[in-house]
Amino acid sequence: MARIVMDGLSKVYAGGVKAVTDVSLDVADGEMIVLVGPSGCGKSTLLRMVAGLETISAGTLTIGDRVVNQLEPAQRDIAMVFQNYALYPHMTVRGNLAYGLKNRGTPADEIARRVAQAAEMLEIAPFLDRKPRQLSGGQRQRVAMGRALVREPAAFLFDEPLSNLDAKLRVQMRVEIKQLQRRLGTTSLYVTHDQLEALTLADRLVVLNGGVIEQVGTPMELYDRPATVFVAGFIGSPAMNMVAMPYLREQGAVPGLPSGTDLVGMRPDDLSLTPPDGDHLTLRGSVVLLEPAGAESHVYLTLKGSRQAVTLRTQGLPAVREGDEVSLHAPLRALHPFDEATGKRVG
Amino acid sequence: MVENDRFGTLLAHIVLILGVAVVVFPVYVAIIASTHEPGTFLRGVMPLLPGPQGWENYRTVLFEGRSNAGAPPIGGMLWNSFVMAMLIAVGKIAISLLSTFAIVYFRFRFRLFFFWVIFLTLMLPVEVRIVPTFDVVASLGMLNTYAGLTIPLIASATATFLFRQFFMTIPEEMLEAARVDGAGPMKFFKDILVPLSVTNIAAMFVIMFIYGWNQYLWPLLITTDDSYYTVVMGIQRMVTGADSEPLWHLVMATVVLAALPPILVILFMQRLFVKGLTETEK
Repeated sequence: MARIVMDGLSKVYAGGVKAVTDVSLDVADGEMIVLVGPSGCGKSTLLRMVAGLETISAGTLTIGDRVVNQLEPAQRDIAMVFQNYALYPHMTVRGNLAYGLKNRGTPADEIARRVAQAAEMLEIAPFLDRKPRQLSGGQRQRVAMGRALVREPAAFLFDEPLSNLDAKLRVQMRVEIKQLQRRLGTTSLYVTHDQLEALTLADRLVVLNGGVIEQVGTPMELYDRPATVFVAGFIGSPAMNMVAMPYLREQGAVPGLPSGTDLVGMRPDDLSLTPPDGDHLTLRGSVVLLEPAGAESHVYLTLKGSRQAVTLRTQGLPAVREGDEVSLHAPLRALHPFDEATGKRVG
Repeated sequence: MVENDRFGTLLAHIVLILGVAVVVFPVYVAIIASTHEPGTFLRGVMPLLPGPQGWENYRTVLFEGRSNAGAPPIGGMLWNSFVMAMLIAVGKIAISLLSTFAIVYFRFRFRLFFFWVIFLTLMLPVEVRIVPTFDVVASLGMLNTYAGLTIPLIASATATFLFRQFFMTIPEEMLEAARVDGAGPMKFFKDILVPLSVTNIAAMFVIMFIYGWNQYLWPLLITTDDSYYTVVMGIQRMVTGADSEPLWHLVMATVVLAALPPILVILFMQRLFVKGLTETEK
């Protein structure tokens, strides 16, 4: 249980490559923070700096009430779950779970108790005497979590822990991780590049791009009011449509957006083929592709008089065919105004 | 196709049997020869069936020897060879593991320099540096000692490279997980690297044991006291040492005995040995 405070953290590699620049973040006790971003955005580096596996070039890192910049990973009272699990292949599951505790000089009966407890919690008790290579991917994943759990650390650090699992298991483990974290109430940092995983797990999301924080907020804040074009495009699937202001003016459909707006974002969910109630904006476009996906459908269109592609998401299967010219509508309150030059939200 | 296959199998077997025969026949002859009486060979006909003297010959070479004919008992020599081979195998593995650990996992000044120094020892086996090495060993008063027999042979890098190759395949996260788990460098080495390297160590042990066992030139140079003779040089002494005709029946018994320990080592460690050379653990 601990608060983690990052104050102006930076990482510059030998050779001058800046991986993380001036990141400040206050993680509350018991909070689940998800670091998300495209590959190379510095999210893993940041996590590894917190873990103590990368040195900190500038700034201070506080875990609990200690500044831990100079401490070894083991002294930081954190536990980490690695992407490839990094289980010790020559030890049994029990050995893997116990190793960290043994190194700390925990008494044997205490180790046995904690291992049994973690094994039960993660349902790996039947495998305690097997070697990691005799386990399936999902089981290995659980063992990796168990190794973190038995330590009862101040914070959990997850480095893309689910990316080696197949889609079904990933969803299942995602739910379990969330339940576990809620139950234990341990401060957690979780790195992923999967925005769905990020949205579902996070108490607060941190979107990183190029080593800089783009936005911090709850998943719904980020979804409803993305602060930058980057966040708008990264969070939400299919990605937000971006239409240039001049085009909208040409179509005569200029809604009352704040001045300085030159790029307008519309979520595929907010677009509809039938006019909604209230003030809305109407555009014409032709259907390029219709993609049924069960409960919903994705319609790919090209806006009339431009080559701008937009995506629309709708419930069920809409009564349109590829090649049709259709009207599409977006409520004015669902428009996201951006300044193209700065990439920031306007107003 | 079936006929073709059968013919192919037959051909393959014939070739293999011929190959095995070429390798095995001399060994067979040695075993046969070690069971005959002294006079048999002087007649110039090589017998192909066992003679009556087997037990007697082995007993002679093991416990009595023929000192007057330049052949001390080889019991002691076998022991010397065993000690030498063991020390070389264990010593080489120990220093190779440690130096590989240093080179792969630590960033220190002149790391590359040391890497190349180790590499250089590969180009300088004992035979190449034999005169200066002899001088060093002699000056240190290590002639006629086990230390003198083994240390110069331990100091080379063969195993370092095998271990380096293996260490590089161990994922970085393993080290990081160990660090998070509170294992310092030596603990990581002891608890994780060494157990993971077991099959490689076994393979290296077999190779190094045989390398040590088969040493001939070096023991020949630095031992003058016959209580430090090794069995491989003992064979040579038996053949050329005396003025009389070589005692072929005893020589052959010695040869057979000298070939046994390496075979035993391979038999016992075969499973690990093959694994170590072919399998890479994830």
